[in-house]
Amino acid sequence: MNPRLYPLAATIAIFLLAWVICVMQFPYMLSTRVVGNLLTDNAYLGIVAVGMTVVILSGGIDLSVGSVIAFSGVFIAVMLRDTGLHPILVFALLLVIATGFGAAMGWLIHALAMPPFIVTLAGMFLARGAAYMLTIDSVPIDHAFYDLLDDAYYLMPGKGRLTLIGLVMLLTVSVGMIVAHRTRFGASVFALGGGEATARLMGVKVGRTTVMIYAFSGLMAGLSGIVFSVYTSSGYPLATVGTELTAIAAVVIGGTLLTGGAGFVFGTLIGVLTMGLIQTYIVFDGSLSSWWTKIIIGLLLLAFILLQKGLLRVTMARVGA
Amino acid sequence: MTALRRVTPQLLTLAALVALVTLFFPDFLRIEVVNGRFVGTIMDILKRGAPIGLLAVGMTLVIATRGIDLSVGTTMAITGAVAAWSITQGYGLGGALVLALLAGVAAGLWNGMLVAIFGIQPIVATLILMTSGRGIAQLVTEGRILTFSHEGMAFFGSGDLLGIPSPALLWLLTAAGVALLMRRSALGMLIEAVGVNRAASALAGVNATVLLIAVYVASGLCAALAGIVATADIRGADANNSGLWLELDAILAVVIGGNSLMGGRFSIAASLLGALIIQTIDTGILLAGFPSEYNLVIKAGLVLVILVLQSPNLSHHWYALRRAARTRRETAMDRAKETGR
Repeated sequence: MNPRLYPLAATIAIFLLAWVICVMQFPYMLSTRVVGNLLTDNAYLGIVAVGMTVVILSGGIDLSVGSVIAFSGVFIAVMLRDTGLHPILVFALLLVIATGFGAAMGWLIHALAMPPFIVTLAGMFLARGAAYMLTIDSVPIDHAFYDLLDDAYYLMPGKGRLTLIGLVMLLTVSVGMIVAHRTRFGASVFALGGGEATARLMGVKVGRTTVMIYAFSGLMAGLSGIVFSVYTSSGYPLATVGTELTAIAAVVIGGTLLTGGAGFVFGTLIGVLTMGLIQTYIVFDGSLSSWWTKIIIGLLLLAFILLQKGLLRVTMARVGA
Repeated sequence: MTALRRVTPQLLTLAALVALVTLFFPDFLRIEVVNGRFVGTIMDILKRGAPIGLLAVGMTLVIATRGIDLSVGTTMAITGAVAAWSITQGYGLGGALVLALLAGVAAGLWNGMLVAIFGIQPIVATLILMTSGRGIAQLVTEGRILTFSHEGMAFFGSGDLLGIPSPALLWLLTAAGVALLMRRSALGMLIEAVGVNRAASALAGVNATVLLIAVYVASGLCAALAGIVATADIRGADANNSGLWLELDAILAVVIGGNSLMGGRFSIAASLLGALIIQTIDTGILLAGFPSEYNLVIKAGLVLVILVLQSPNLSHHWYALRRAARTRRETAMDRAKETGR
């Protein structure tokens, strides 16, 4: 097997193993209801993690996504409350804003030659602050169209519900896979992750690609915000604090190299589902406290990073020999 | 003299901020003596700025080695929880302090080993503790807010010595101690050497591995002190909220202090001024009657301005512009001479 596929294989193996352990203890976890809920509950995380995967593949990082999701929710809620615009129009407007916001950060990163970490940190403050300035309260969304979105689901065999937002997440992951692995833009992202100087020599337009990468991440964060607002039927400026770190963790557990240049969008989906599975297990168990989720995710993170280090050493040794 | 010149931009920013806040709130600079202790907004800023100030000291050292420590906020939660737990278990003040500091050292050792020995990027290595650490803190407090009543412990949060609030004293002394240690010995220079080029400094005989671990341990210790202050202040350990997002404020303080995220030269005094600037903004926005919602937006604007000023590209563009202007002027003059002839 291609050594590049080892991290992905390890991710899938761990996910399946975890599920087998869960099912052995709680046979009901094999049902489509659990699967449906797993997809619905983690829909917003899965979408934002697709954007994060592309950013990390390029060797960057985007800390602003959690705040952008919160801003999106608040923006939608306030617009629906104060104007008579149709939700679809509001969604379109929001996606334009979020994409523009990401593009602006990408441009700053390139133009100022500053680390993405600190530029997106400023973006994180800005988006969260903008959400606060719109409202500091939780604004409920009460709209017939939202009820429609909320109730849209496909009944799988076994009474499990594949909800609209779960489906949107799966579609987004598919689109992300095509963008990252099958387009010129995706090739540029991988090249950039391998090293900016070499990418430039290969003819990659570094500036344009950087802007597009962060615009893509902004778009995904906006879409994730829409899904999150459908999921919670409200907008709250304090929502999704720390989601950026959960998304980064999902990407790493999904087998993407944090230094950039290697990884798979599909792995990220498995990473998100693994984290969701841990949470579901803790809910099923009932006696374990929720803080174990954090500790176990931290340990998984460590295991994957060490695995990547080991693999890198093995491949380097092979190249050396 | 050079040290003063180094912190001039930060001093000017702080002075401008203070002037601005005083304009909105004339009582800002007044300090009164009530019951033998100094009372006033400035004292309040010095006291409330203690956690950021303490974290910024450790963070400066870490950033000087080209690293970053995302886990300090979580370490605050862990050490605060350990301190509160030991007090409620009856280990006394000394035991609680020692255990909390040991927890900080352990967190630093963990981070340092991941970075220096396993060679994991600092941002990722410290991310692990950042995500899992709050779980550990909740394990210690068993998910509750662990309260205690112990006057000796509360002194670190709300007591005062010679009229000065003890948290303010604690961070000023810590900063002075660390700064002296760095500049009166070769340690500071060695850290800068590792930050500029780890491989080269190792070849030059600097024990980069030990130095890197030591830097993260120092950061853990500073976080432990901050955790003790935060816990003593509210007389309880809140595993969920203690030190939440303070790592970002601490990094911001270091960046405002003009320290490069690329490692190398550092100034602890400048980072502390950065911490004071952040705390003055926080307090000033409240005092001036602005809604606190503006806080984050103003911070974001500030970061952007500093980024633009620090950008390596900007000076490059500036020189390029000047050179282009000079060439254009010279050709114009040459042409003028020719036509004149």
